Amino acid sequence: MTTAGDTLRTGGAGRSIDPRRRTFWFLSLPAAAALLAFLILPLLFMVALSFRPDLSGQFLAPFSPTLEHYEKVAATGSYWNLLFLSTLIAFGVAAAATLAAYPLAYFLAFRAGRRAGLYLILLLVPFWTSYLLRVMAWRLMLDNSGVVNSVLDALGLIDEPLDLLYNRFAVVVTLIYVWIPFAMLPMLAAMGRIDARLHEAAADLYATPWQQLRRVTIPLSLPGVVAAFFMVFIPTVGEYVTPLLVGGAQGSMYGNIVQAFFIQAANWPLGSALSVIMLGVTLALVFVGLRVVQPRRLLAQ
Amino acid sequence: MTALSPSRRRPRPLGAASRRLRGYYWLILALLYLPIVLLAVFSFNSNTTLSFPLKGFTLQWYERLFASPNLIGAIGRSAVVALGAGAVATALGTMIALLLARFDFRWKGMLTSLAILPLLIPYFILGVALLILFRATDITLGLPTIAIGHAVIALPYTTLIVLARLLGFDRQLEEASMDLGATYPATLRLVLLPIAAPAIASAFITAFTVSFDEFALALFLAGRDPTFPVYLYGQLRFTSTIPILVAAVVLLMTVSLALILVADRIRRRLISPA
Repeated sequence: MTTAGDTLRTGGAGRSIDPRRRTFWFLSLPAAAALLAFLILPLLFMVALSFRPDLSGQFLAPFSPTLEHYEKVAATGSYWNLLFLSTLIAFGVAAAATLAAYPLAYFLAFRAGRRAGLYLILLLVPFWTSYLLRVMAWRLMLDNSGVVNSVLDALGLIDEPLDLLYNRFAVVVTLIYVWIPFAMLPMLAAMGRIDARLHEAAADLYATPWQQLRRVTIPLSLPGVVAAFFMVFIPTVGEYVTPLLVGGAQGSMYGNIVQAFFIQAANWPLGSALSVIMLGVTLALVFVGLRVVQPRRLLAQ
Repeated sequence: MTALSPSRRRPRPLGAASRRLRGYYWLILALLYLPIVLLAVFSFNSNTTLSFPLKGFTLQWYERLFASPNLIGAIGRSAVVALGAGAVATALGTMIALLLARFDFRWKGMLTSLAILPLLIPYFILGVALLILFRATDITLGLPTIAIGHAVIALPYTTLIVLARLLGFDRQLEEASMDLGATYPATLRLVLLPIAAPAIASAFITAFTVSFDEFALALFLAGRDPTFPVYLYGQLRFTSTIPILVAAVVLLMTVSLALILVADRIRRRLISPA
């Protein structure tokens, strides 16, 4: 608040304190209170619960902290396998959705002409339908009597229907499908910020279209690419809904065991410990990703 | 869409590539719509199971949809939650955006991180954490707790949308207003908020849509009265009601598409003179 100090010292033009000061508190107090109460506090409660022996007694009563839940997680190989697998799936889904969406963003930003707005809305409409039903629709696609098997059968490529549903494959395909339009958005925003004259300059300097793409467009849109990757990666790594619907028993992800501990098995402390681990992994990966490409540059523009 | 002008001004060096990109766009679009079109087809199919071959045309699912108070009630609850969460997230997001764009203070970096943090946390973790908080403080789960969760996850979107708009305007307008004798709160109300109004509106719409269809968080925070996605999830087990649910979603999609197109018209009319 240097301005406030300056004004105080000089006496200002008839104003004894920075007139913005009261506004500052008016704006910051509710925002800070809300963030503390509903973002920081819940996460702290979750961390505290993960050190609690069990759920008996008063929720806010003091307890002697224990590491038993973390020890249990550490000793159970299946948790680690699932964590590794979920991270891997999220990595693959995020990479595939980002790659598939890049040409779409490129098309909308540079090649779609006057109807780019319409093309964009068309892409986003599926995103406004129910997520659950979009996932459900993939049951129709992948079912034994579904579209894919029917088409393959009609083409004479298969004699027996392929088991496409209720496994990891179904989860991965469905997730990529769900995220493509979403992944396109940050890349489109990044491409929209590219100065059009740079393309002209590159062309004037006899860059081939391929060189233009490789040396100008891709580097300048990279922050959008990284943003797209993480905007898919983070929800996917913690996904539990899609596995419930199309994954079946074989297609479970890490989120499913946590959800089960909270909703069916009611082992909240163990579920909290698992959540804390996932939170740590996610934030660490995001931190590394943000170090590679600084999105502050995005905000600065 | 300023980025579009160069490709039209110059002769296109990438004629073939443009055509290929266009083809790719339509291919992806077809893939995106195929499952949805299938759903729409099944909402008019007289068979109870969603399987081929189709049996016959019917409007009975739509009729039964309007005769199903639970379903209508769930849609209404989702709308209420989305309105509440949207209003709270938009108000807080606008306040944070104003702080970040127009004030300097020591914990600015921390506020930025906190406002974006919900974007970096998988939803089930936020759901679990909020569930623990509400349990610990003896707050009964219900529509308000869902709305709180949704306001938290919508906050990064609303903040970033309004912030982008505010950063695009220089401070001279405010300085001019204050030089002309307006107090800072008046400047905020009469200069900054009108400037940010289109962004605030789009922030609210974004928050509303984020909330209306949100399930992963709502499942943890829902009490006895389910929102639409939670209700939908509960009903997916009963195959006989699935066509009704499909009909409801097709109807909602049509309505929201119409609203989006109307809103886009209005937005363009409001923004273009500026």
